[in-house]
Amino acid sequence: MQAVRGYFRSPPAVIGLVLLLLVIAMAATADWLFPRDPLSLAGRPLVWPFQNSRFWLGTDNSGRDIAAQIFHGARISLLIGLVATAIAILIGIVVGAVAGYYGGTVDTILMRVAEAFQTLPNFLLLLVLVVVFGSTLATVTIAIGIVSWPAPARLTRAEFLSLRNREFVQAGRTLGMRDIRLIFGEILPNALPPVIVYASVVMAVAILLESALAFLRLSDPNVASWGNLIGLGRDVLRVQWYVSAIPGIAILVTVLAVSLVGQGLNDALNPRLKGR
Amino acid sequence: MTGPVLTLDRLGVRLPPGADRSHALQDVSLAIQPGEILCVVGESGSGKSMTANAVMRLLPVGVAIDGGRVLFEGRDLAVLPEAEMRAVRGAGVAMIFQEPMTALNPLRTIGDQIGEMFGIHADLPRQQVATRVRALLEEVRIPDPERAARAYPHELSGGQRQRAMIAMALALDPRVLIADEPTTALDVTTQAQILALIRDLQRRKGTGVLFITHDFGVVAEIADRVAVMQHGRVVEEGPAAEILQRPQHPYTRQLIAAVPPLRAPPPRPLAEDAVLTIRNLSKTYRTGGFLGRGARVTHAVRDVSLRLPRGGTLGIVGESGSGKSTLARCIVRLIDPDQGSVELGGADLAHLSRAEMRRQTRHIQMVFQDPFGSLNPRRRAGELVAQGPMVHGASRADAMARARALFQLVGLDPASVDRFPHEFSGGQRQRIGLARALALEPQVLVADEPVSALDVSVQAQVLALLADLRARLGISMVFITHDLRVAAQICDLVAVMKDGEVVEEGPVARVFGDPQHPYTRALLDSIPGRGFGAGA
Amino acid sequence: MRILALAGRRLAASIPTLFLILVGIFLLLQFAPGDTVDAMLAQMGGGDAVTAQQLRQFYGLDLSVPARLGQYLLRLVQLDLGFSAIYGKPVAIVIAERLPPTLLLMTAALSFAFFAGLVLGVLAARRVNRWPDTLISTLGLVFYATPSFWFGLMAIVVFSIYLQWLPAGGFEDITSLQTGIWRTLDIARHLVLPTLTLGLIFLAIYLRIMRASMLEVLNLDFVRTARAKGLDETRVVVRHVLRNALLPMVTLIGLQAGTMLGGSVVVESVFSLPGLGRLAYESVVQRDLNTLLGIVFVSAILVIVVNFVVDLLYARLDPRISAGG
Repeated sequence: MQAVRGYFRSPPAVIGLVLLLLVIAMAATADWLFPRDPLSLAGRPLVWPFQNSRFWLGTDNSGRDIAAQIFHGARISLLIGLVATAIAILIGIVVGAVAGYYGGTVDTILMRVAEAFQTLPNFLLLLVLVVVFGSTLATVTIAIGIVSWPAPARLTRAEFLSLRNREFVQAGRTLGMRDIRLIFGEILPNALPPVIVYASVVMAVAILLESALAFLRLSDPNVASWGNLIGLGRDVLRVQWYVSAIPGIAILVTVLAVSLVGQGLNDALNPRLKGR
Repeated sequence: MTGPVLTLDRLGVRLPPGADRSHALQDVSLAIQPGEILCVVGESGSGKSMTANAVMRLLPVGVAIDGGRVLFEGRDLAVLPEAEMRAVRGAGVAMIFQEPMTALNPLRTIGDQIGEMFGIHADLPRQQVATRVRALLEEVRIPDPERAARAYPHELSGGQRQRAMIAMALALDPRVLIADEPTTALDVTTQAQILALIRDLQRRKGTGVLFITHDFGVVAEIADRVAVMQHGRVVEEGPAAEILQRPQHPYTRQLIAAVPPLRAPPPRPLAEDAVLTIRNLSKTYRTGGFLGRGARVTHAVRDVSLRLPRGGTLGIVGESGSGKSTLARCIVRLIDPDQGSVELGGADLAHLSRAEMRRQTRHIQMVFQDPFGSLNPRRRAGELVAQGPMVHGASRADAMARARALFQLVGLDPASVDRFPHEFSGGQRQRIGLARALALEPQVLVADEPVSALDVSVQAQVLALLADLRARLGISMVFITHDLRVAAQICDLVAVMKDGEVVEEGPVARVFGDPQHPYTRALLDSIPGRGFGAGA
Repeated sequence: MRILALAGRRLAASIPTLFLILVGIFLLLQFAPGDTVDAMLAQMGGGDAVTAQQLRQFYGLDLSVPARLGQYLLRLVQLDLGFSAIYGKPVAIVIAERLPPTLLLMTAALSFAFFAGLVLGVLAARRVNRWPDTLISTLGLVFYATPSFWFGLMAIVVFSIYLQWLPAGGFEDITSLQTGIWRTLDIARHLVLPTLTLGLIFLAIYLRIMRASMLEVLNLDFVRTARAKGLDETRVVVRHVLRNALLPMVTLIGLQAGTMLGGSVVVESVFSLPGLGRLAYESVVQRDLNTLLGIVFVSAILVIVVNFVVDLLYARLDPRISAGG
């Protein structure tokens, strides 16, 4: 509870939370405010923002409502961000916990694999995965989760390495506890906070990765994605730059919100390290 | 007599709002004469280190001097402008710290860091600086000063690093040296050498020394005068002999009474049969190397055989790196020994399978050193104690009832089972650790430095509790400690370890009273203030 | 000498990693729908099954998977990356042509991010929790949240379209043949925006790490020793804090090398730079799997080399490494 109070005492953390709630609200109200398919033709192409009250953020090159795409895009970004992060963190925790707790050969093998993933540029691996499995919403999300697991795994492993030799873990062992209980009952609860905080970084990167894929037109073309719209706007960048500019701001705000919340959580959970 | 070289006059230091008290120091008045060692002694939180930092004006953010004066060479350091204060630091008043490893920059050579003193306060040509550095390193009797000057901190031993720190502090012949627990992180034999060195150099140079310590043994060894601090105030001050022999203030008396004397109490009768027998136990570590070649081999425990009589207490003493902690962990199988056996009630613990060992844990339990690290911060105190019985099949309700009873037994309030570990003091937490170990009703308790992290008065209470429980419950104990005074008080038998081997063992009165092995003798000779506390 | 031996050992240890990557990716690509021949036929406007069969035979695509994997690895050992059907030349040559712009871009972006991050991090740490720190930290957060391709596009709008200061894309001006210093300057002009775009997120990361690292080192005991010696705050930072605080930054270069290479895919697409990243994108679109596999190989080698250099650098900075073995 002290952590909650600590969180709300930090202005950046509160701003981050407000922005994040705003994005969530956009995602939640998208169907209600813009019931039509956001990718369907809505009006004249390339209407500037604030010119037509029906399209207050204007229309894109094919006459689709930009505001509708922004609201529906919030859903896609949050969905991909959350699911991909959950996948990455889950794999990361299991791999990191096993490697860090058991050490030895198991650790060597698992870390070799993690190293292989980190040696290969993650965006390149993402491209390969998209080539192989296609670019539907599900495959892109899973692919982003798969390329993102090594960092949380390393973090979890480092926590486990430092915690497994703590005296309270040794005490658990001298009491006769089994490995499973030591890993999940004793060590993991203590190792979790930094990993949870790191999840905000993974989520920020996941949102950025998806938008980059969409920008290159390698993500699912059948959903309204901010990155897609930026890619479309590129064709009319010289004059109608707003088509690219608006969704970019949406991405920036979302990623910023996630980062701020993550940092606020970090400061609230580790009060001693405040300001780092 | 020319008058004091450093005078603290009713010094006050304020803590930031929200701290547990308003002032770290209040009305602290001290005077240090040239060529004198003034020991400031107190327990943690007494403000003794803050006194040192206040003189240097190196206080943490939010902490500031808010009253009184610090007189040095006719100036008040408390109000000196920062630039002038910098000229005093190092040149007029120098300081050495507790942790010689972390107090030196790991990325720069020793010679470079000592030479920096001349760069700051004197404008000497390079050649001359190198010569002076070498002379200083010789003066502090570092082996091979030429090489030491080129070495990085990690390449020297703890004692050598502290010598280098002293060389650095004394580089410019400061009139005052502040030593903040300079030997606390060192082994007892190294501590004796460093204390002798400080004493010798200080005598020759006529330096006034402000020596901060928590250890009355060290005080007895080195102090000319003593100031006792409690809660940020000086409660008693006077010549060392007077304070040590005839303490006036009740707090001083309490502190001195808590120092265990080195002489063992009369021996207790010991049972004939052994509850625990260790035979030829060995543990070897190999580090580094590639495919088995060029590996560094450390014999952490080498061919150790010991016997613990039922109901007795076997002390294992030694300096850091002697293998005593590894031995303790081998006995409870936190570490798998390479060779040998550990026999307890007909089972050889060293060769049990993991599952069999888990069942055996109810017969042998461990108490750990660190009262903060040994309790899972996310579990309530009662749960921590109840865990053991629950792992071994007890119901939650039974285990919790048992935890409450154990809290009573170790002198804790049974109502506090719902609190988290951080809500207890260090001594209380060590009692929780003890209750946890006792919850399984073990025959043997392995205690690894159980009182080393505690202040001396708390230490005395926990030792008394251990002795009481041992008598009441008939528990046998293996007691690991680096502190021979503690060993003398609680152990029936004692084994002295060095480099993984037991060099001497026997009844404690015999080993400490008539040591046979040269290392045991060196260890006993190194104890600061040997005679002190013996008559108490 | 010991430093070299240490780094050499690390280098040798990365061979299994490389093997793991290549086998993994090769097997993965076997699941890819459609192969190079399909892509070629599509480009030619369709063809009959017989032609496809002949082409597959010609490129060795009709063999079993293990056989092709074996062949592929055998050829790799001889540094033969295969033949790109799309570009009509050996993959090694295609990649070699595209490598220089990417290397140049990465070096420039890394230097920019590292040094700017260093300076900003130190400034922020020296004024911790006061307005310069708040400003720098906020900027860092915003930079971190900015999608690089979007920043690139907006930079083009501002600097190329409105202000017309810098070119909007390309590696050099091919309409006028230039030589020597003029060509260098022209390339530099073309690389300003891509460098800023690629470096931005890394600048944010470096500045955050540098700030945290400075604050951590400033709390260490030896800094108190340095102050007790009578050093002033500037000299404490320069002589004692900086080098210690740099260590995590150096580690980060190695960790981020792969990410940066991945980022170049997007940035090179935005600025139409003929580099490795753009080649990767093109080979994905054209399903030129041989080239894609070659790029994976070269990228992994590149990351390993960067890490090797970082190891050497780290060991130079930290005497504990070379001694510890």
